[in-house]
Amino acid sequence: MTEPLAIETRNLNKVYNSGRTEVVALREATLQIPKGQVVALLGPSGSGKSTLLTIIGLVIPPTSGQVFINGELIVDGSLAKTNLRNYRRKNVGFVFQKANLIPFLSAIENVQIAMELNHTSSFNARRRAAELLDEFGVLERSYDKPSRLSGGEQQRVAVARALANNPAVILADEPTAALDSHRAQQVMELFAKIAHEQNAGVIVVTHDHRYLEVFDAIFEIEDGVLRQRVAVVK
Amino acid sequence: MNLAFKDVRHNLGRFSLTAVGIGMMLMIVMGMAGIYRGLIEDATLVIDRIGGDLWVVQRDTRGPFAEVSRLPKTMVHRVEAVPGIETAREFVYHTIQRQHDGKPLRMSILGLSWPTDKGEWLPLVAGRPLAQNHFELIADQSLGFQLNESIQLGKEKYVVVGITNGMVSSGGDGMSIVTLSDSQAIQFDSVGEALRLERSARARRALDVDLFLKQPQLVEQLSQPTSQLPAVSSPQISAVVARIKPGYNIEEVQQTITNWGDVSVFTKPGQEDLLLQGMVDKARRQLGMFRALLTIIAAVIMALILYTLTLDKLHSIALLKLLGAPDRTILGILLQQAIGLGGIGYGIAFLIGQQLFPFFPRRVVITNQDLVQLLVIVLIISVLSSLLGIWRAMRVQPTEALMG
Repeated sequence: MTEPLAIETRNLNKVYNSGRTEVVALREATLQIPKGQVVALLGPSGSGKSTLLTIIGLVIPPTSGQVFINGELIVDGSLAKTNLRNYRRKNVGFVFQKANLIPFLSAIENVQIAMELNHTSSFNARRRAAELLDEFGVLERSYDKPSRLSGGEQQRVAVARALANNPAVILADEPTAALDSHRAQQVMELFAKIAHEQNAGVIVVTHDHRYLEVFDAIFEIEDGVLRQRVAVVK
Repeated sequence: MNLAFKDVRHNLGRFSLTAVGIGMMLMIVMGMAGIYRGLIEDATLVIDRIGGDLWVVQRDTRGPFAEVSRLPKTMVHRVEAVPGIETAREFVYHTIQRQHDGKPLRMSILGLSWPTDKGEWLPLVAGRPLAQNHFELIADQSLGFQLNESIQLGKEKYVVVGITNGMVSSGGDGMSIVTLSDSQAIQFDSVGEALRLERSARARRALDVDLFLKQPQLVEQLSQPTSQLPAVSSPQISAVVARIKPGYNIEEVQQTITNWGDVSVFTKPGQEDLLLQGMVDKARRQLGMFRALLTIIAAVIMALILYTLTLDKLHSIALLKLLGAPDRTILGILLQQAIGLGGIGYGIAFLIGQQLFPFFPRRVVITNQDLVQLLVIVLIISVLSSLLGIWRAMRVQPTEALMG
């Protein structure tokens, strides 16, 4: 029996209505990402990358098409097959171009809150948050507010938060944009490591072509049309 | 993890200043209620403390507090003779304004029926009751007199022998308590020149009256003080306060005296109603309206502040939604902060009020009932004023966290 795919989309279409104008953001976007794989999503600005990411992240509904996570149909057109916010909380981790940490929480609390929202006890959430921060080398900054952390430290805290609930899917939108090349390399390798070790499906939107060797597959999107660019041989 | 508390701690200065502002406003609302209660207490204080069952006053007047009442001094003996009356005593009450330490000072003069009433019932905080028929005075501490201080009233000097607490008129003026005869002397005091002019005027008017031309010895009488003229009965007291014997029906005794035709009679509750419905009612309604307006203004300001605080954390709210936080978590943050703001503001209002209200020129009486009522109002306006912020927060989409 084959293992279910971490992420699968079938014929996703997304049309934005702006007054009388229709903007087609996605056209029949289909992709399959097995568990344990990290894929890159490339494309120019306005090509539909973020739209695809937010649809897979269950933030916005597609106009038509389906989204499967772990082989389970979650979204069918504009119909949700489950409570999307609850499902997202348990199964999807986000990392953004900017770290997007909650400014009034300390580094460790930013990680902890993701688990507490998922009904993990405060004690256990705290312990795991500390472990994650330690793993990413920012444990000593646990009690600092985001405003006191460097860009790299903030991004590592954000990655820790994304991993806190051991999600099946991790979506990263240009996570290295604010980092130097050394840190960027580290983060990209980190995503690959997470995908492989945690058996998660990871999609990374990036403009940076320097680190493409870490990805298991590369998708390109232009004018809403998605295609797999090359098969990466490792 | 309490997100509301974490957010407040992050913006502690701003939240604290806002709470102080709300607290000051609530303190004014609290003070309004206290001033109203003070008005009622002041208005009914003398009636309560004197403790008479019936008040006999000039016919068709609402005296002696709500308006001027004048009765002949002999009225007390007529009242004493009515079956069912245990005791009756004269009551003189009027307000004067004098200079004291270079400042205008208003005071209400209360005359006690010496020697039956020496003021033992007064709430003395220093000194003693009256011990002689003349030239002693008991003053309320709001007047600022010192014990043994000598006060010039009319032609005489009065020594302050006692100090009371909380003895003020319905107008908020401190009371000075003297004997009945002294209070009349103060009330009817005239300077010598005025007396001479009055006597001269009487003599001039007598020239036009046949009676004085036929009986010239009557003209000599005209030079006496008005109170000693036999044909003119000078009104000398404000009211007669009577106590009913146990076992007698107050209404029946009241009706008996009312039937005389030259007096009006009020029971103690009736006298209190006269004061509250007549003198205090407008002030009460004005304070009530002012209080309601201030409460509404406090609610509007709280709503605006809470809305602004919500706008400041819209990105965090969007982020929390993106992380999967349920609506009740977001709702909880905003409601807790609103109730916290109201509650802390209420606490500040109470604490500052306790320190500040004693310095108000009029008495501020804060009752537990008013405190509980205001707390409930504060909690309600806290919830109501958070609705605008909640409405905005509920409209935030998780996608907003992905922008910028």
